Amino acid sequence: MKLFSYLILALWLVAVLIGNLLQLNPNAIDLEVILQAPTAQHWFGADDLGRDILARVLSGVEVSFLVALIVTGVTMTIGVFVGLLAGFYGGRVDAILMQITDIFLAFPGILLAIAFGAVLGPGLGNLIMALCLTGWVSYARLTRGQTLSLRHRQHVQAAESLGAGVPRLLFRHILPLLASILVVEATYSLASVMIAEASLSFLGLGIQAPDASWGAMLRDAVRYMLIAPHYVLIVGGCLMSLILAINLGGDYLRDALDVRKPD
Amino acid sequence: MSIIKRLVNFFTVIFGVLLLTFLLIHLVPGDPVDVMLGESANMADREALRADLGLNQPLVKQFGNYLVKLMHGDLGQSIHTQTPIIDLIQTRYPATLKLALLSLFIGILVGVPLGIFAALKAGQWQDFIVTIISVRLSAMPAFWLGPVLMLIFAVWLGWLPVSGMDSGTSIILPAVTLGFGLSAILTRMTRTSLLEVLNDDYIRTARAKGLSEQTVILRHALRAALLPIITIVGLQMGSLLAGTVITETIFSWDGVGRLLVESIEKRDYPVTQACVLIVALSYVLVNLATDVLYRLADPRVRHA
Repeated sequence: MKLFSYLILALWLVAVLIGNLLQLNPNAIDLEVILQAPTAQHWFGADDLGRDILARVLSGVEVSFLVALIVTGVTMTIGVFVGLLAGFYGGRVDAILMQITDIFLAFPGILLAIAFGAVLGPGLGNLIMALCLTGWVSYARLTRGQTLSLRHRQHVQAAESLGAGVPRLLFRHILPLLASILVVEATYSLASVMIAEASLSFLGLGIQAPDASWGAMLRDAVRYMLIAPHYVLIVGGCLMSLILAINLGGDYLRDALDVRKPD
Repeated sequence: MSIIKRLVNFFTVIFGVLLLTFLLIHLVPGDPVDVMLGESANMADREALRADLGLNQPLVKQFGNYLVKLMHGDLGQSIHTQTPIIDLIQTRYPATLKLALLSLFIGILVGVPLGIFAALKAGQWQDFIVTIISVRLSAMPAFWLGPVLMLIFAVWLGWLPVSGMDSGTSIILPAVTLGFGLSAILTRMTRTSLLEVLNDDYIRTARAKGLSEQTVILRHALRAALLPIITIVGLQMGSLLAGTVITETIFSWDGVGRLLVESIEKRDYPVTQACVLIVALSYVLVNLATDVLYRLADPRVRHA
């Protein structure tokens, strides 16, 4: 299974590299092949405008990765910072910060991201913003819980009594102990951000035509599902394979780093 | 946490949810009135809408008005159809509730027995397969699972209607799509919590008394394992509610989720705002109910 997950990830990386080398044009329209099933020329078939689905999948995966990396980076930074402060200071700071995260958590799933996306308007930048605004909460919760207990470890208290300042305590003595749990969390969140991105694009809130994104392609594919089932099956299959591979990778990281996720 | 603290927290969360949904409309870049009516709208229409939305008043006053109106059951008016939003919600909400409840039922019906099966076969290949499926395929997003089920059961086999809500069987595909993720989570939870109790002393006692294996599992072990399962069901109700947004869109199921998506497409922000609020409030209430049930059911939690 481990091999399987690395294999899929490697395959996607190679595919993207080759796609770039071949300079495929994901926006080239060919009216002769509209909604054609896979052929030797178009391995994944063609979409409703006769564009090559393989080229669009490859251009879409780049967007997907880009969004996932940016959103994960930003939300982790914000969430860890909030969590460290709440867990370290405790008391009123903790109460206020956690009350705020509670309010964000009161919106189920990606509903809040959809809401932000809806009012901010369509577009890649707004999509990233919407996902960042809502994604930091889980990191804040996780970091806060860990910091609460780490704060009373002997080495932290020793450093404190030697006169170390708060930033030094937080970033030199507490954060490094959180590294492995955060790396594992970040891996899973790459996958969940990809799904969230695809969901928002599916609802028309992400990247705008003619640029390719998996969610937007699925939206079109569902529309033509009755006459061109290959479209929805292929694009969805691509998304699933990537998500599965990343999640399995996360499982192995978790086992390798010996992280027990607190419930 | 004591009941009182829990209640204070509950009301703060409700207040926060109201504040956040209220502020949504103010996140619209530029002038929301322009965005909603388009640049070409005449001055009088704009001012009318601005006054109707209360956008010409100070923010705090606007929020106050919003709360007062809410308490009277007034969610504002749809810009698109000019109908009171509360009416829209009242016609759409039952459909969403029906869908969510049936998915919940499917999730439990599939997840719990599968979890028991996996726990009994722990460490064997059956367990391995069930675990892989339930852990990883649960990440299968509705916008793929939905179309695949639709292709197989509606288009190729022709057993069920493709979409809409005209026939009694229309609800099956969306409910299965929505319940799939839940059944996977329940399988995992049932397996884990059953495995934990199976090693307890009282299970050995029950077996030693000569009770049949069936009685031991169903009457003794499962009963104790049920508490964490109840909690998960409550928590997952939230994902179900959020999941309806995409599932309803795929299957043309006229619920609150689809209403939300339609309002986004028409830039009917007051409707968007109301849908988000209703779903979030439902979630908060379900969570509170779960918490209370849990306390009632488990004396250890009540006295903690």
